[in-house]
Amino acid sequence: MTDTRKPVESMLTDYDIFEPSFVANPYPGYSEIRESECPIARTERYEGSWLPTRYEDVVALAQEYEIFTSRGILVMPPPPGQAEGAYGGVAAPPITSDPPDHHWHRRLILPVFAPQAVAKYEQSTRDLCNALIDEFIDKGTADAAADYAQHIPVRVISNMLGVPLDMEETFTGWVRGVLENMTDMELRKRSRLAIIEYFLAQVEDRKKNPRENDLISELMNTEVEGKKVPIEYVLGVCNLMLVAGIDTTWSAIGSVMWHMAQHPEHRKQLRENDDLWPTAIEELLRVYAPVTMARIVDRDIEFQGCPMKAGDRVLMAFPAANRDPRQFENPDEVILDREHNRHVAFGSGIHRCAGSNLARLEVRVALQTWLARIPEFELVDPATVTWAGGQVHGPRSCMVKF
Amino acid sequence: MKVSVDMGSCHGHQMCAIAAPEVFGSDELGNAKVLIEGVIPAELEGKARRAEANCPERAIIISE
Ligand code: HEM
Ligand code: SF4
Repeated sequence: MTDTRKPVESMLTDYDIFEPSFVANPYPGYSEIRESECPIARTERYEGSWLPTRYEDVVALAQEYEIFTSRGILVMPPPPGQAEGAYGGVAAPPITSDPPDHHWHRRLILPVFAPQAVAKYEQSTRDLCNALIDEFIDKGTADAAADYAQHIPVRVISNMLGVPLDMEETFTGWVRGVLENMTDMELRKRSRLAIIEYFLAQVEDRKKNPRENDLISELMNTEVEGKKVPIEYVLGVCNLMLVAGIDTTWSAIGSVMWHMAQHPEHRKQLRENDDLWPTAIEELLRVYAPVTMARIVDRDIEFQGCPMKAGDRVLMAFPAANRDPRQFENPDEVILDREHNRHVAFGSGIHRCAGSNLARLEVRVALQTWLARIPEFELVDPATVTWAGGQVHGPRSCMVKF
Repeated sequence: MKVSVDMGSCHGHQMCAIAAPEVFGSDELGNAKVLIEGVIPAELEGKARRAEANCPERAIIISE
């Protein structure tokens, strides 16, 4: 496919988050904006948006949820004729909810993701990582993104939801349709509809054949103020589990694998010092934060000198915030035992990632399991690594040899 | 030294529990729970400060 996009005139007034070199490596662009006289850039592309790049600004925006609302959270506007957020009455609570509903939308799912609750997925995650490695360990080469990272979160989530594992490829396709290939409006619409229809059928099936111990059934039986939660909520949460839990985590795992393939000294440090793991995972999440969200401005307001209008889209560039030298010393360097790390890879404020404890567990187990079996490995050719970006940043193909 | 958490600002990053697992844990929602009521033992003060310095919501309050 030839690229017909207009060349970017200036990062400050014409950034393009889907431009291939920015997708592959957005950090120089963020840095250019952050260190300019106007650290909040503007573009008219994709119906226009603002891009704050300083830690302080991103965090301040996240705290002001009444002005910067979550009624649209994708970095691109919806297809023509479709509302922001909801699709056929089904949104993705709590990520697309604003207060006051946000509170119960979030409250209901938090217990499922508390550290003590996700610990029970550790062994099954380790087993599935080992099974993936079994497939390629004798070949001496593998795609760390497509053969490994990509398969981990989708299987963990399918297991949690209680849906068959053979849906893996289908789920992955839908999630990419919604999040990665979002410039293709038709595909995006079809993917969202397919997700909702699939979970509607799952709910219907559970009505006829009740089950226990899966999240869909648990959600269906949840009550708020004495009434069962509406079906739109159940479908919305299932939708969110796919779109928030899969692409994000697989991108983080992929970036971590890409990093480790190039840094034998970090592999050695982790091998030799078990105590390093907790800070190391946070540091890797800081540097390779995969997720950028959006907000919709509720009313005309001037923010840091920028004249924002009601309805404008603001991109919450958590990956840019995480590399702000005002907040992090040597921000582009991976320091596995970094002392001060208030990173916002999982966001900030009331929408902060509900699934972070599960995500951390998956990233840690994926890397631990790999390093235990494949301690030494390197990139086959750095030039052939391919990336996705825009909403979610991470490698899509990353060949390594060992 | 004593520690407390402003539960209105805490959004469950769990960075505190990662930095100082002896001092901070998690409630059933995954938000912070202070595990040591009263004075923090001297040998844990460093870790408690580190927890404070890692909380993205600045929800941890340290009083001397
Ligand atoms: C490394 C992996 C992940 C990253 C980097 C990540 C990042 C984020 C970010 C930045 C937000 C904030 C959204 C906003 O401000 O609008 C968020 C929200 C959320 N994430 Fe994650 N996420 C990850 C994995 C997961 C997983 C595995 C799940 C669950 C299965 C999950 C579930 C959620 C939910 C439910 C919310 C919405 C919370 C709310 O609106 O109250 N995430 N995530
Ligand atoms: S790090 Fe801060 S926001 Fe996170 S759980 Fe601890 S106190 Fe709460």
